[in-house]
Amino acid sequence: MSILGNRVQRREDPKFLTTGGVYGDDLKIEGALWATFVRSTMAHARLTSLDVTEARNRPGVVAIYTGEDVDLPPVPAGLPGVPDVMARPVLAKGVVRFVGEAVAVVLTEERYQGEDAAESVFVDYEPLPAVVDPVSALTGDVLLFPEHGSNVAVPMNEPQAEDFFDGCEVVVRHRLINQRVAPCPLEVRSGAAMWEGDRVIQYASNQAPHGAKAAIAGLYGLEADRVRVIAPDVGGGFGAKIGLYVEDLILPWLAKAAGRPVHWTETRSESMLALGHGRAQVQDVAIGGSRDGKVEAYRLEVVQDAGAYPSLGSFLPALTRLMTSGTYDIPKVEFSAASMVTNTTPTVAYRGAGRPEATAAIERAMDLFAAEIGMDPAEVRKRNVVANDKFPFTTPTGTVYDIGDYGGAIDLALQASDYQALRAEQATRRSSGDTTQIGIGVSSYVEITNGAGPPGEYAKVEILPGGKARVYTGTSPHGQGHETAWTMLASEQLGIPMEDIEFVANDTDLVPEGGGTMGSRSLQSGGLAVHEASIALVDKAAKLAAELLEANADDVVLDKVGGRFHVAGTPAVGRSWAELAEAAGDDGDALVVAHSSSPAGPTFPFGAHVAVVEVDTDTGRVKLTRLVAVDDAGTIVNPLLAEGQRHGGLAQGAAQALMEEVRYDDDGNPVTSNLADYAMISATELPSFELVAMATPTPINALGAKGIGESGTIGSTPAVQSAVVDALAHLGVRHIDMPATPERVWRAVAAAQSTAAE
Amino acid sequence: MIPAAFEYQRPSSLDEAVRLLADSGDDAKLLAGGHSLLPLMKLRLAAPSMLIDIGRLRDLSYISDAGDTVTIGALTRHHEVETSALLKAQVPLLAHATSQVGDPQVRHRGTIGGSIAHGDPASDLPAVCLALRATFTVVGPNGSRQIPADDFFRGFLETALSADEILTEISVPKVPDAGWSFQKFNRRAQDWAIVGVAAVHNGSTGVGLVNMASVPVRAAAVEDAIAAGSSAAEAATHASDGLDPPADLNASQEYRRHLAEVLVRRALQEAGAP
Repeated sequence: MSILGNRVQRREDPKFLTTGGVYGDDLKIEGALWATFVRSTMAHARLTSLDVTEARNRPGVVAIYTGEDVDLPPVPAGLPGVPDVMARPVLAKGVVRFVGEAVAVVLTEERYQGEDAAESVFVDYEPLPAVVDPVSALTGDVLLFPEHGSNVAVPMNEPQAEDFFDGCEVVVRHRLINQRVAPCPLEVRSGAAMWEGDRVIQYASNQAPHGAKAAIAGLYGLEADRVRVIAPDVGGGFGAKIGLYVEDLILPWLAKAAGRPVHWTETRSESMLALGHGRAQVQDVAIGGSRDGKVEAYRLEVVQDAGAYPSLGSFLPALTRLMTSGTYDIPKVEFSAASMVTNTTPTVAYRGAGRPEATAAIERAMDLFAAEIGMDPAEVRKRNVVANDKFPFTTPTGTVYDIGDYGGAIDLALQASDYQALRAEQATRRSSGDTTQIGIGVSSYVEITNGAGPPGEYAKVEILPGGKARVYTGTSPHGQGHETAWTMLASEQLGIPMEDIEFVANDTDLVPEGGGTMGSRSLQSGGLAVHEASIALVDKAAKLAAELLEANADDVVLDKVGGRFHVAGTPAVGRSWAELAEAAGDDGDALVVAHSSSPAGPTFPFGAHVAVVEVDTDTGRVKLTRLVAVDDAGTIVNPLLAEGQRHGGLAQGAAQALMEEVRYDDDGNPVTSNLADYAMISATELPSFELVAMATPTPINALGAKGIGESGTIGSTPAVQSAVVDALAHLGVRHIDMPATPERVWRAVAAAQSTAAE
Repeated sequence: MIPAAFEYQRPSSLDEAVRLLADSGDDAKLLAGGHSLLPLMKLRLAAPSMLIDIGRLRDLSYISDAGDTVTIGALTRHHEVETSALLKAQVPLLAHATSQVGDPQVRHRGTIGGSIAHGDPASDLPAVCLALRATFTVVGPNGSRQIPADDFFRGFLETALSADEILTEISVPKVPDAGWSFQKFNRRAQDWAIVGVAAVHNGSTGVGLVNMASVPVRAAAVEDAIAAGSSAAEAATHASDGLDPPADLNASQEYRRHLAEVLVRRALQEAGAP
């Protein structure tokens, strides 16, 4: 009986749920100093002076460094098209460009002394005008990098056909705000650096240790083997911990300068300012089609807010572009974008990274189109989805979808939610004039997983003396449950119980290469590599067993129940893994297989969500009452893990629709810089999710698996947003920007009522 | 997230606490449950030079039947208030409203006296005490005095407490048969109210408002309108009369005024006003 497909409990949880986890802040590092950063309080200003005299005399202060002291080069975005001049200095030099930018760093014996000392560093600023939103940045009235001549970090223009919408009976246009959000991992950033001879050992709360190793080696001009990066237990990343930040990158310099290890943990308030933000797109959609519901042309124009120094955020429109037309077979599609620098926190990848933005735009556009022609939004979607016989399907923006049943997913979601009954209930409430109206939102989505960077991943599987096994992976688990899933995959092939399989990840000395964990890539790349390496290891062991049994290797089989090799038909005589390990040791032909997977390409999970909300038309309060999710990630290795990914994704997706927004005032001062002001969602604001199973295996990899890490976020945001609008559709409301705060909803109701009264 | 340096004292009696407070100057702060003060200190928005921790003065933790009133020691934790059988029977508005404060962790640490003495207009309990016409007992070097809730809240986070006085007791009239309502409008369960309304209707009517001014306030115009025979809906139109509500991340002034009217109407109706 296969272990795969079973709800195997997460073996990492006892550690995480008790006190066994060792996060960056928990590291006990002998002799370490603590680093505390002094951060800009101005969004845009010239740094005229930094007075560290008083701070130097505070208790415990060992050293204070400013941008003038640190001789590291600026950190480039490392992305195609981003001008070099926009590279970020490790500590600000001359100019600060966002509130929270590090301007100096204090080293102290104890951590608390750093906060006291940092407070007594006096910084003189000469304020410059700030540009806070990316559309204003287009005018170039305020330039962040005057030598570049504009605020455009990445242009991405495609010619706009004059006759694009010719022949469309209906064309609807709207500007949509896909607001800036904060990833808010439970664990803030933390790390440490120390030198062992000419070698740097760096700890980082990070999703891609091998990428981090390359970044450190590059910045410091070191050979790769002189850098070791360890990601200890990492308490969530959501994309925001893919890359290292300047605060991480300066640690080896500080450790060298001080001659002692340096340890650093940011505060939550710092994290809200200096960990990258996500989303932050202004989208102009235009959709055209016929009155019988066929969409013929769709155009999406994006202005991406990259923040003060272009990072992964400036690259998001490239991912948005891939998914422009969503699940729909639209003959004509146009996309254009510009990524702009602004005096705000740099943006990065955040759960979905460019694809939720694409889905939000096309799904809102479909709703606007449906409303315009007076057709049920679910029906309009079904009339336009890519037909099942068209896969692999190439979209007008050149993306090749592997396999799908988009209409089937919508039907499942409608059935599971009892859509017709919901509409009937809605009609009753509308006719009674109830102040609690209900709204129903339907989304259809497809996304790309394992779509950025090389699709393959490294794994090594080895048999230990005594017959146990050890699995090494280049993925970088930080909550996903790779330890459970990868040992399941190995156990399935090796016939060795999971509890006898050790798991190694997140240390570049122990795992020679790796791509890390992001973009919902891990199972289909790293899990696949473990699967394939395990099969190869069984082949290798079978050959060894054949020699020992004096049999033909082709005749030797592995009895997976007992973990024993024998000649087919004669199970009484065999060799266990332990015996083979011993024999192999004698041989010098160790039972170990290192292998990099090479899946044929990315995969395209899809699904459909139905959200139901209650809206109090007197106050604007929205209550999310149901969230029905059909998420098709192909073959599921462990439903418990997959459902956990969906739960978290649904929560974060609903949060964007209803709650969360990073806001700045007109001068670029952040006004949502703690978790009291930033409305991170909690369980009490969410219903119990209704998950519907659907599995269409992908032909792209041997597991049939697609990514599941981001689906929940991608499908739920537009469904929930649409539900809020739908609750008020009878009043004439067509759109409400996210987040649908009570005041925003109340204003939409009031505006509709005053229009109706005229 | 680490407070600035401060001195710390932990008196073992009320007398000792009063003496310490008198000796410590204006910059000392009393520490009870710490759920208002400590977050401010961690953000360095407050930096008292001295903390006088009165958390171990167990004598100040009680809920007692005092005839026409229930008296509550200032150090009684929210959890004890919300679960008190006496309060649920005699002052159900207070027990219920307390169950809406913060989250379970806050309610197991935070105290009723701390919440009142902090005087935050966004806190629930000051408005409830205003609606109930509670009376506060404070103790200082010159003995104790009683302050009606109406005279207690003076300005933003400012109360009638002198720098050398300690709030020791909250006395609330029993209203076992009164209609009552607590309307808390917030985005997340653990958030402060954007607007809140505490109402009690018992022949006479008391209405307290959360987050509708720089201090906890009574909706006096609403109470007067009800007394003059207005309906709940009519009276509610006076919800923000004479008030200058704050504008912040969650609500403009205009929206707060609107919410106050809706919530006062709902509160009055739930409390049984005509």
